[in-house]
Amino acid sequence: MKIKSNIATSGNGFIFNPATGDSFSGNAIASEILAAMNRGETDEHIKADILDKYDVRPDQLEQDWEDWLVQLRAANLLEA
Amino acid sequence: MQKLKYERPFIKKLNAGVMNKFATGNQSNPVTEIDGVPVKKLITEHGSPLFVLSEKKIRRNYRAALRAFDTRYPKVQFAWSYKTNYLNAVCNVFHQEGSWGEVVSGFEYQKAIKNGVPGNQIIFNGPGKKPEELLLAVQNDSLIHIDHFNELYTLIAICAGLSQKPRVAIRVNMDTGTYPLWDRFGFNYENGEAWSAIGKIIASGKLQLVGLHCHIGTFILNVSAYEKATTKMCDLAMRCKTDLNNPIQYLDMGGGFPSTNTLKGAYLPGIDTVPSIDDFAEAITTTILNFGFKQTELPLLILESGRLLIDDAGYLLGTVIANKRLSDGRRALVMDFGVNTLFTSFWYDHQVSPAQEFNPHLEPMTLYGPLCMNIDTIRENVNLPLLNAGDQVVVHKVGAYNMTQWMQFITYRPGVVMIAETGRVELIRSPETLEYVEAMENQVQYSK
Amino acid sequence: MSAPPKLLTIGVTGLNAHDNPGPGVAVIRSLREFYRDGLRIVGLAYESLEPGIYMGDMVDVAYQVPYPSTGSAALLERLAEINGQEQLDVIIPNFDSELFNFIKISAQMAKMGIKTCLPTHAQLAARDKINLGDFGTRYHFKVPAFYMLNSVHDIDTAAEGLNYPLVIKGKFYEAQIVNNRETAQKAFYDLSAKWGLPVIAQQYISGTEINVAGLGDGKGNAVSVVPMRKLYITDKGKAWAGITIEDNDLIALGRQFAAASQWKGGFELEIMKDANGDLYVLEVNPRFPAWVYLTVAAGQNQPAALVQLALGNEVKPFKNYQAGKMFIRYSWDEVVDIGSFQQFSAFGRMANTNNNKGQA
Repeated sequence: MKIKSNIATSGNGFIFNPATGDSFSGNAIASEILAAMNRGETDEHIKADILDKYDVRPDQLEQDWEDWLVQLRAANLLEA
Repeated sequence: MQKLKYERPFIKKLNAGVMNKFATGNQSNPVTEIDGVPVKKLITEHGSPLFVLSEKKIRRNYRAALRAFDTRYPKVQFAWSYKTNYLNAVCNVFHQEGSWGEVVSGFEYQKAIKNGVPGNQIIFNGPGKKPEELLLAVQNDSLIHIDHFNELYTLIAICAGLSQKPRVAIRVNMDTGTYPLWDRFGFNYENGEAWSAIGKIIASGKLQLVGLHCHIGTFILNVSAYEKATTKMCDLAMRCKTDLNNPIQYLDMGGGFPSTNTLKGAYLPGIDTVPSIDDFAEAITTTILNFGFKQTELPLLILESGRLLIDDAGYLLGTVIANKRLSDGRRALVMDFGVNTLFTSFWYDHQVSPAQEFNPHLEPMTLYGPLCMNIDTIRENVNLPLLNAGDQVVVHKVGAYNMTQWMQFITYRPGVVMIAETGRVELIRSPETLEYVEAMENQVQYSK
Repeated sequence: MSAPPKLLTIGVTGLNAHDNPGPGVAVIRSLREFYRDGLRIVGLAYESLEPGIYMGDMVDVAYQVPYPSTGSAALLERLAEINGQEQLDVIIPNFDSELFNFIKISAQMAKMGIKTCLPTHAQLAARDKINLGDFGTRYHFKVPAFYMLNSVHDIDTAAEGLNYPLVIKGKFYEAQIVNNRETAQKAFYDLSAKWGLPVIAQQYISGTEINVAGLGDGKGNAVSVVPMRKLYITDKGKAWAGITIEDNDLIALGRQFAAASQWKGGFELEIMKDANGDLYVLEVNPRFPAWVYLTVAAGQNQPAALVQLALGNEVKPFKNYQAGKMFIRYSWDEVVDIGSFQQFSAFGRMANTNNNKGQA
């Protein structure tokens, strides 16, 4: 999945969508994932990195990833 | 390399909507145990969902309520309101503490007798007493609270062939400034109906009028309503003595005292706004004491409090079946209990706590039950941390009316345990089974 | 009164200076005028878009506090946290709906060193809309005749007693003037759905709308009473322009209210003066009005006097005020950086560093 190119993410976890004027805050891992998505990394790559770095089961991450995409879609941050 | 602690990724929209003074929050800490018994252990051993009652809390509530009244008034008697929770284990705690029984049907009357309550300590209320039930109550010398003229005439007819004069009271309804007016029960004070019923009882020569009863409503938040009710009851009692030379032995002020649950639509939480039992006791007792009865002729004060004594001694444990997002992005949880089990969720915003540690990010969500029906909603909108399938929750203040009004609908009613004062967990009602539910069904012989 | 030398830290709520404004910003302006540099204002806001949060010349630092519906325990916990950072001397709550909780925790706040000047729960309840009739009878105020409507059928009884037009009022907020049974029924359904039962049907009184801002010391004295006639009224019934007037009957009414109720704290009486000159009390608000800065302009700084009362200082009642002082409210678009909004929304705290008072 790709996020919209003009989404601004700041170091302290804020996300601003200049197209809609919406602001969001997220947790640290959300910022990390957004940054990776911003760099154009693939979902698979990002997930593999998380599994590598964090203490989480693959099935749990898979579920949370689904929910993450739903959140991004609801927030209108994903490229159509 | 040690892996980092994982947290589910989430983003939250920063609120830029219209200002709303009415959003509700629910600051929650995990509730991992009840009276020292871990929630996990209770569910492992007795299944989910599960009702849990605390004997310690019940006794503490009873003693606090009794103290509120008997430190202010010399003659006080509580009668346990069976309909609030008539599991025998519960009733017997109250009877042990000294409570009489207050019943509203033949079924409840039988339960009280089986629980060993002496007949003359059972108060028989309600508009639906059958003639054979009345006869039994007369034979047992129970206190019969007459609800309407038909019942009065039935009772007089029953007594025609008896030497015994049953002890009776009338239920009085009145305007106390609260809404709704419970004028469907008993005889009205303001229009003189109550006085006329009293006259008929005395004139019949068949009944002893020993008491007056009222029950002005339920979940009454207004102390002054009890003051008004007590004044009107005292006025009737005084007139019985002076005009009819029939002194009244007791005033039964009923119940209706609220628990600290939060009613739906209430703005401030119940824990802050609900008056304490001391406030109600003060209003009722000072009104009687100041009314002008002679010290030796003060009537016995009977109270039929139910909800106040049991609500916060009851918990419902449950488990998350699924978490999902609705079409508008809002989060929803499906629980393994619904309105069938937690009937009071129709009128309360019950507090729900996670039963395990959780991360601190709260999200507004809707809690649904497992029934395949759209009305099955436990909380419309509550702030909770993200819970996963299999996580457990504790619903608070569910001791009143749930274990009597629960429905056997598409599944079984859950088990009920009581945590004894000793810390022992007693299964006081087993979860229902297919055999139990089908026990009353009969085989049909079809023609083909 | 003379300004104290020490820096005072005062928490103020009601920063929603929008088209149906809370009094917070006006209260702060009044305090700033009196205490000048000796003051640090801690804004307490429920929502991240309350304009006062972003007004750097008014509010030094703003904190988010939990909604009144969360209960007094959550409020106390949050205030303790804020107090740890700010060492508050006084808090002035300005919303009707939050007062119950602030009164409930005032003793615990006092233990933390935070002083208040608030009425009691009983006083708060006595002036409630649904108790206003009893209130009038008890203290000999004229209040409009009214009926409680618990069902739509009660409208006919009310109309028989009061005649149309009627004012149909919600239990907490809102009122509609109705001229016949159909519109009365519609208003009943609207308001009962929104605010619950009972709905109130009040006698319609035509005349001049006058508001009185006052401050009671809790011992029966009105420290200040300033009447204001509304000159321009918005569609929400709020004064958009008004003028102080000289009227001994109104002053007497304000004093009588403070004496009879032993009111402690700020209050506002909403009054209708009919053609005969009779004064009807339509509502009693348990806090300062949003136009309270006009009392300062007229010579009686009510918010500053309230702080003195809260601190336990002797406050002599004001004697004179200037009639003919006018206020004309206006809207102003405060421009802020998104960072401030994000900061407040996400962390519940935002310090205004762009002001020139030297207290960052």
